[in-house]
Amino acid sequence: MELYRLTIHELQEMLRKGEVTSRDITESVFRRIEEVEGKTRAFITLMKEKGFEQAEMADMRIKEGKQSRLTGIPLAIKDNMCIKGIKTTCGSKILENYIPPYNGTVIERLKEHLPVFIGKTNMDEFAMGSSTETSYFGVTRNPWDLERIPGGSSGGSASAVAADECIAALGSDTGGSIRQPAACCGIVGLKPTYGRVSRFGLVAFASSLDQIGPMTKDVRDCSILLSVISGHDKLDSTSIDLEAADYEKYLGMDIKGLKIGIPMEYFIEGIAPDVDKSLWSAVKELEKLGATYKEISLPHSEHAVAVYYLIAPAEASSNLARYDGVKYGYRASGTKGLMDMYTQTRSEGFGQEVKRRIMLGTYALSAGYYDAYYKKASQVRTLIKRDFDEAFKECDVLLTPTAPTPAFKIGEKTDNPLQMYLSDIFTIPANLAGIPGISIPCGFSREGLPIGLQLLGKHFDEGRLLQVAYAFEQHTDYHLKKPVIGPSNRR
Amino acid sequence: MKITKEEVDKVAKLARLGFTEEEKEKFASQLNSILVYFDKLGEVDTRGIEPTSYASAISNVFRDDKVESSVSKEESLLNAPDGKRDCFRVPRIIE
Repeated sequence: MELYRLTIHELQEMLRKGEVTSRDITESVFRRIEEVEGKTRAFITLMKEKGFEQAEMADMRIKEGKQSRLTGIPLAIKDNMCIKGIKTTCGSKILENYIPPYNGTVIERLKEHLPVFIGKTNMDEFAMGSSTETSYFGVTRNPWDLERIPGGSSGGSASAVAADECIAALGSDTGGSIRQPAACCGIVGLKPTYGRVSRFGLVAFASSLDQIGPMTKDVRDCSILLSVISGHDKLDSTSIDLEAADYEKYLGMDIKGLKIGIPMEYFIEGIAPDVDKSLWSAVKELEKLGATYKEISLPHSEHAVAVYYLIAPAEASSNLARYDGVKYGYRASGTKGLMDMYTQTRSEGFGQEVKRRIMLGTYALSAGYYDAYYKKASQVRTLIKRDFDEAFKECDVLLTPTAPTPAFKIGEKTDNPLQMYLSDIFTIPANLAGIPGISIPCGFSREGLPIGLQLLGKHFDEGRLLQVAYAFEQHTDYHLKKPVIGPSNRR
Repeated sequence: MKITKEEVDKVAKLARLGFTEEEKEKFASQLNSILVYFDKLGEVDTRGIEPTSYASAISNVFRDDKVESSVSKEESLLNAPDGKRDCFRVPRIIE
């Protein structure tokens, strides 16, 4: 068995027994990257030299008997999280040469365990997209079918995990950007409760929605990573003052008597028959394990996409005002005066989708439209949140598809922004309500593409989500299937 | 049309973005179909509903007013497109 195929917990065990070194694992992963990166294009920046330095440090620490959860494990980080001294582009030309002078809090927390950072992964520009096609640095491909998108915006991280180009990764999720690519690539992805993980050092997109979370090969790895990155941080004033939990302790607890709610509004027209079928067979599987389910209603679901595409662009238009060519990032040359410099810099530095959202957000916040759009959306957001509060009075978790279809073809939705926005229809509500959600593999379509199942929980009920996900994973083998990354990739 | 080319101009100016005529046409039409989709929200009765701006109930977070270490001046200027003598340099503001 090649080391790059393994999980965090399997490798930790081998490191503990002295069967392998971090150097061995890191070498294996970089060999794999050489083999398949030309096909997947999951990374923007690779950190080979620094990676081997870190592996050496990790091996020293292990020799001293001080191995902890992530020591020596090769991790990939989405390119919107700051690692000191390493280019952080956010998939944008405007940050093409930006080198942060500090570490994000998640990086600091990971570093306590001495993992190996192997690279920064590709993403939709400023995390705005569902396909990783809007990146300035090119399109990332889905390891299961190179002609298809890996999902987005954390498509690079998802593709890298699925193709075994790293052991695990971090992504960020504003409207589904961890869960939807996890579903498209057949891996596990979790968006924590808003405020559970610090956003300090995460390039801001929509500040009331953004959350960082793990993208992993199985549920145990997901709980290990989440345990490390969560917890209060005084540098993020929206971080909740609640100590980090040990999420591994929830794994293996049985789910007898668990009440699952299935929101009927999520089984819309346009949902792929294979997705529908996989979902219901997953429900049957959970029933066999002692869970019960009932159909419930989240009456305001149909408005979630509209609410999201008003609130997120409004927040983005304000957050992205900082890119003006003065303090960091790209500056246009040959301009006439300050105003012209601002306009030229931003027009040349941002891509089409980012401009579209800045325009949408600026419009929604501008005089005369604020009440009709932004305020209205924020009120409907309250109603969406209340729907969940009601649902969780009678259910422990909610179960839905992660996305309406398996991964679509590259280029299929690029000319129709609204169609693209609708691929987030099942993931957006969790961000609006601030609740946690996890996507786990639950089947394959007829073409052999992975299908994801989403579990949603109450605020701070990540433990419960992991418990249910783990129980399901223990009785299925979808997470063990690996893509064959051939030249044509058709199997 | 919910949004005209003139309005695209106005919003672009607020957002400090510049577009070609062709881009303006395309944006006007795309933004228009997105705004039409948003009309659905008008059907929802929101009378007396408080808007949500953050998903968790958070109150103000305070800290003691004391100086803490920060990124140095040299480091702050490392990413500046044009930094001279400890300052960020910008084009002339007064013509």
